[in-house]
Amino acid sequence: MHFLRELWDNVREFVTTVGSVALFFGRVLAQLPRAFLRPSLVVEQVHNTGALSLVIIMTCGLFVGMVLGLTGYDLLQRFGSEEALGTAGALAVVKELGPVVTALLFAGRAGTALASEIGLMRATDQLTAMEMMAVDPMRRVIAPRFAGGIIAMPLLTVIFIAIGIFGVQLVGVQQFKVDAASFWSQMRSSVGLDDIMEGVIKGCVFGVACSLIAVYEGYNATPTAEGVGRATTRTVVISAVLTLILDYILTAIML
Amino acid sequence: MSSNATSRKPEPQTAQDSIVEVRDVHYSIGGRPIFSGLNLQIQRGRITAIMGPSGTGKTTLLRLMTGQIRPDSGQVLFDGIDVSNLSTRDLYALRRRMGMLFQNGALLTDEDVFENVAFPLREHTDLPEALIRNIVLTKLQSVGLRGAARLMPAELSGGMARRVALARAMATDPEVLIYDEPFTGLDPISMGMIVRLVRQMNYALGITSIVVSHDVEELSILADSSYIIAGGKVAASGSFVELKDHDSEIVHQFINGLADGPVAFHYPAPDYYEDLLAG
Amino acid sequence: MRPTRTVEFSTGLFVLLGFAALFFLVTQITNRELATNGKSYGVVALFENIGSLKPGAAVSMAGVTVGRVETISYDQQQYKAVVHMRINSQFDKIPKDSDASIMTSGLLGGQYIGITPGGDEQYLKQGDRIEFVQDAFVLENLINQLASTFLRRDQGSADSGNQGGNQEKAPAQEPKK
Repeated sequence: MHFLRELWDNVREFVTTVGSVALFFGRVLAQLPRAFLRPSLVVEQVHNTGALSLVIIMTCGLFVGMVLGLTGYDLLQRFGSEEALGTAGALAVVKELGPVVTALLFAGRAGTALASEIGLMRATDQLTAMEMMAVDPMRRVIAPRFAGGIIAMPLLTVIFIAIGIFGVQLVGVQQFKVDAASFWSQMRSSVGLDDIMEGVIKGCVFGVACSLIAVYEGYNATPTAEGVGRATTRTVVISAVLTLILDYILTAIML
Repeated sequence: MSSNATSRKPEPQTAQDSIVEVRDVHYSIGGRPIFSGLNLQIQRGRITAIMGPSGTGKTTLLRLMTGQIRPDSGQVLFDGIDVSNLSTRDLYALRRRMGMLFQNGALLTDEDVFENVAFPLREHTDLPEALIRNIVLTKLQSVGLRGAARLMPAELSGGMARRVALARAMATDPEVLIYDEPFTGLDPISMGMIVRLVRQMNYALGITSIVVSHDVEELSILADSSYIIAGGKVAASGSFVELKDHDSEIVHQFINGLADGPVAFHYPAPDYYEDLLAG
Repeated sequence: MRPTRTVEFSTGLFVLLGFAALFFLVTQITNRELATNGKSYGVVALFENIGSLKPGAAVSMAGVTVGRVETISYDQQQYKAVVHMRINSQFDKIPKDSDASIMTSGLLGGQYIGITPGGDEQYLKQGDRIEFVQDAFVLENLINQLASTFLRRDQGSADSGNQGGNQEKAPAQEPKK
């Protein structure tokens, strides 16, 4: 009986949290247009979440592509279809690995930065001080950061994909001497604009999800040192889980 | 509704004019009562202290006064306007007439001192850059930190940060300044500076100051009148002289800093003898 | 308040990089038209079975890609698949009696059209139809053929005597095509 009661409490808690996040999302969206009226703030945030994540995204993109090249070559070789490496690699990166891995990396680097920054502002009363100065922190702090995130994510995704494919090519063509012409032509004949759109759309959706979680956790962090730390951890965990769930849903829809 | 509220005449007062009034406020958090029938009047143009043992809800009171939270029952009036009934826009308009100094300064950490003080001006006014610069430097000068204009908050000492926060709170020339524990954690010199500034600001500019603190010594010099809050109500009020001679036990314990009294030294525990024997 | 020049510069760089990557992906990775210099002419061929041939598949001669499959549709009058191809204009010497067959590249590769040249002195032009076609290889048909061949053979030998267990069972091998 006790177990059931706990379960019910957890369910209720979960539903409440979902509702809270949804309402928060609504508030952020409401402030978004006004945030864009201060482009300097948004540019700053695109820099913080995007430009500063470039190194990690490009590095990981390269290595993911290279690993894909290695594994893919090994796999396809058993069927005598090595020239399909271009196709296989490109499709895997464009449709799945690109958006998902970028989202996870984004959550880890930019998401935690956002959450801890905002959480710290909460803990040191900066957000309250703003409210006292009759400045809405949603407009001034949260919305620009959210906007920066949703702009940066699709761009990062696309960069990851491009470098990933380069990585596949690096291993497949340079190392394993797969015929370059067939590598690219097979890829070209199998990958369409709609596949790329899929990847970009996923990037956008993941961007919204991860940015939202990051700013939500930061804004609602308990105003103590541990609270901020917890908020950062939760950001990564929840972003990762949500990204993968959304990935399944989106893939199912777009297939 | 909003125009009604702002143009309504202030309620008839007692002898002195109260700019902030708390009337019979009841407030509880999660079933635990914080205030049960709180009544306060803050006189215009004077420095009023609000004191009390830890946990009596002093910060909560400030939040009620500034409209951050709403009382369960009762009224909070600012210049005759009921704070708890305002729309967000009107509330924000009202807040521009108040300035608040937070316990740890609450400066924006990614901007330098100048930008911090300029913040409210930039957000609320369309003043040209040159004019903003003048105002900021003037405010900084009044707190003695004009030379620190380009430092970052992380480079300031506690006392300096608080002074910058004061300059920022003053930037839009509010009518009421609220200080939340301004003396906590400062060395005697910085404390002396803050005391001087609070007094100067109040009398030179003709504003009203509300100081929430438990620094009895500092407040005894500073405050024109004081309130001691205990048990969810006002336990005593008046000038410091009156308070020192008050008959209430809790007031006596508080003012004189006694270790034991209505606020007990020992946390509730079972019988000492029995506890030792049990182990 | 305004972000510094460096911040703005690196952000701009980042955004440009993103768009460059997108541009690269869209142009280099997808099947945009023909790979080479645009000019091409269209020919058509009708098949009874195109297998898994898709639009965008290669059209090759001697293993070299000379064009692409543009559209595939179905003709209800002739009950055949209509495949429109675009051949790169530089390959303008394909005899009219050439053979178009649907081939598979590798085991996992997609299907493509291979053109084997005939001997006609006249060459394919815009709008021409390739008369000689070979349909896609369909596994089931081959197995049926093989099965019926062995069935006939068994019946023949059963009639002529009692050979019992002397049945050649040819292992069902997929011809490597």
